[in-house]
Amino acid sequence: MHLFKLRSLSISLLTGLCFSSLAMSAEIQEFKLDNGLKVIVQEDHRAPVVVSQVWYRAGSLDEVNGKTGVAHVLEHMMFKGTKEVKAGQFSRLIAAAGGKENAFTAKDQTTYFQQLEKSQLPLSMKLEADRMANLDLSDEEFAKEIKVVMEERRWRTEDKPQSKVNEQFNSTIYHVHPYGRPVVGWMNDLENMTAADAREWYKNWYAPNNATLVVVGDVNSQDVLKLAKQYFGVLKPHALPARKPQTEPEQTGERRVIVKAQAKLPYVLMGFHVPALQDSDKDVDPYALEILAGVLNGNASARLNQNLVRQSQIAVDVDAEYDMIQRGRHSIFVLDGTPSEGKTAAELEAALMQEIDKIKTGGVTEEELLRVKAQVIASDVYQRDSMFYQAMQIGQLETANFSWKILNDYPAKLQAVTAEQVQAVAKKYFNKDNLTVATLDPQPIDPNDTTPKGKPHVH
Amino acid sequence: MFTKSFIRGLSLATFALLFTLQAQAGLKIQQWQTTSGSLVYFVENHDLPIIDLSANFYAGSARDEKGKSGVSGITRYLMTLGAAGMSDEDISKQMADIGAKLGGDSDADRASFKLRTLSNPRESQKALEIFTKILQKPDFPEAVLEREKARIIAGLKESATQPESISSKAYMKALFGDHPYGLDDDGEPETVAKINVADLKKFYTTYYGAEGAVIALIGDMSRAQAEQIAESISAGLPKAQKPAPLPPVTYPTAASEQHIAHPATQAHILLGYPGMKRGDADYFPLYVGNYILGGGGFVSRLTEEVREKRGLVYSVYSYFMPMAELGQFQIGLQTKRDQSEAALALVRETLAKFIKDGVTEPELKAAKQNIVGGFPMRIDSNGKILDYLSIIGFYHLPPTYLDDFNQNVSKVTTAQIKDAFSRRVNPDKMVTVVVGGAE
Repeated sequence: MHLFKLRSLSISLLTGLCFSSLAMSAEIQEFKLDNGLKVIVQEDHRAPVVVSQVWYRAGSLDEVNGKTGVAHVLEHMMFKGTKEVKAGQFSRLIAAAGGKENAFTAKDQTTYFQQLEKSQLPLSMKLEADRMANLDLSDEEFAKEIKVVMEERRWRTEDKPQSKVNEQFNSTIYHVHPYGRPVVGWMNDLENMTAADAREWYKNWYAPNNATLVVVGDVNSQDVLKLAKQYFGVLKPHALPARKPQTEPEQTGERRVIVKAQAKLPYVLMGFHVPALQDSDKDVDPYALEILAGVLNGNASARLNQNLVRQSQIAVDVDAEYDMIQRGRHSIFVLDGTPSEGKTAAELEAALMQEIDKIKTGGVTEEELLRVKAQVIASDVYQRDSMFYQAMQIGQLETANFSWKILNDYPAKLQAVTAEQVQAVAKKYFNKDNLTVATLDPQPIDPNDTTPKGKPHVH
Repeated sequence: MFTKSFIRGLSLATFALLFTLQAQAGLKIQQWQTTSGSLVYFVENHDLPIIDLSANFYAGSARDEKGKSGVSGITRYLMTLGAAGMSDEDISKQMADIGAKLGGDSDADRASFKLRTLSNPRESQKALEIFTKILQKPDFPEAVLEREKARIIAGLKESATQPESISSKAYMKALFGDHPYGLDDDGEPETVAKINVADLKKFYTTYYGAEGAVIALIGDMSRAQAEQIAESISAGLPKAQKPAPLPPVTYPTAASEQHIAHPATQAHILLGYPGMKRGDADYFPLYVGNYILGGGGFVSRLTEEVREKRGLVYSVYSYFMPMAELGQFQIGLQTKRDQSEAALALVRETLAKFIKDGVTEPELKAAKQNIVGGFPMRIDSNGKILDYLSIIGFYHLPPTYLDDFNQNVSKVTTAQIKDAFSRRVNPDKMVTVVVGGAE
């Protein structure tokens, strides 16, 4: 089961996971069952296949201290059997139908998906509906699976210096908002997690009224609705726990964190608090920030790569990212990079800040703006080659409490962004008091010392 | 609700249905040769206003010289960073202005270049013009080479501290020894430092010949357009002799096991053996057998034993990487350092049992159901089809490879799997590398 790292599930110009156009989304149909399950279908008849995804509004955003990682642990447990389908059988049944399946947990959601030959859609729905309501979460299966999740954390985070920096960065830039916690959970919380914690999570959040079913493929919308009613329609909704508003207080001074880990090269990660999309009609800044990310990093000739990797050669790698779609209604604009040999993290940080300052004082050129917009148009077409991405866009928007319908206006919204607006957001948000910087201080590997660094794990 | 018979019934019914679907799922692949001798594979498809193409050369890292490893990869990369007087900045700006995407890759056998562009004449003509210049008129600017060498060397030094890269490097060296498949396609810090422009030019004129190069195209263009595109790409490529075949990979004469100390919390474990070739006579028994052993995601024996039953790993897998010569058969896993020995012993036991006893009929049936039933997902996008066209052409697989795929899978028997594995994988002579782990 895959876990999307905090910043890897991005809807942005840069990753090619771009919003789609009016022409494409015209074929999207939306339904709501009586029990609250939302069903969204996009017909795509290019190949005799179907992608089916169930999205739950239950991610690390909804976790509490001491139980971090429980959303992701439950995702693993969802393959461990129901009253009727024994542990491991879900995967075997999908495999025997020729399907691929997996799941992933992120800040805002947990998503389960199958990719199948189109006639197999009923199997996928039957199994997903079953585990939405009938999970048999045994102590025995939990005891094995929590070990798997701890191995996953070791693999993703403990032994990857840049992941550790990323984790520390998030918990520094967010002091209050749950986005500061790692999706995979702190190791201490995993070590102390119980099957009862997972059961509680399941009971709280797994209900048709907290889920969206997204189906994209060579299907008929009405047939899909019929199947959804047949399999999911019988499930009972229940009241969800109250979701308290969680906001991050304004940052009033620069924050810094240093992570020591065995590596050769330093690494620097810096970010500013910026708005996420709140109102897709009225907001301007999120669209301007997306364009800004494109100007900085949208293609190989974009500013960061051109100026810092190719010209001054202060960095071997640079990146800029911004995701406007957040259920937690809070976002950050992030820049990161690896200094060239002989250059320090401080030098690269200064160079990145200089690029920011250039935008603040000089703005962006019309040429740069047009280039980013050309890519918006092209990506909009290219992403239609992947049914999976199209389903991802719909599911992510719906789960974040937006409508997929904002896909329609998205390209036009970006096209409308002006150079002045891009400069304005840089001026407004990219100031030192709103800055958080995390750096990797690389440590040599002592061949005589092979004991793991950090807190020893107590069992 | 879910009675056993219901489940069995459903999968059987749909299995039968799938066979009829496969018959219609055939792709119409057109194939011809350019006047300069390049092989062209083309699928016409007007569903989306996109053109995808790739150009593939027998110019992978297996063509590197030991003392200059890295030349192949740098040649491929530098071609995209300066051509016909255009700088790297010119190329990336012009591509970005029309929303075109330049991609590509290199491995031990193959260097490839990919282009995705909108099919509008305004965009596609410009994109093809740049793409063609990259292939035909690379400049290999000295300053860009020095810059990229510094980046590559920095990356190699970083990799040398990380357990995943350390294990994979040691493993390739142990498995392939002096065979060129043992060379790191990124090179070594010392070899990359020595590479100069003349090396790249020589590599380019030697290995980027028109003859035998494979051009694959799919998307919104006519046959005539595809012919014209392929012809113009091929016409300006160097006149070079077709590269000689690679030397054969030899099998290890004894087992080897290497332990490399590292303070990581997890041990990284790799086991391997020379596996199979593209178009190998044992391809299908080994492929289907491996699905059961460790290729079938959550339903393989390795996952069942090591992860599901005991919670020892997040990931354990096995795969065959078919190459021009014998590519690797690899098993890999990561586990908490103090349980590395137990996990390794369990993997060895699972493999030994698999080779000795073979697979069961129900396992084979389930494997076939997945592979055959999953076929439509292999070719459900232009991007995926382009990769198949490239591989079919590059390795001279039959043009009916995709049409015949399911039938070839369906014909595999339990006896063939047992026979193929026992002849092709010797568990007593495997290469093992453990980075980190118990002292």
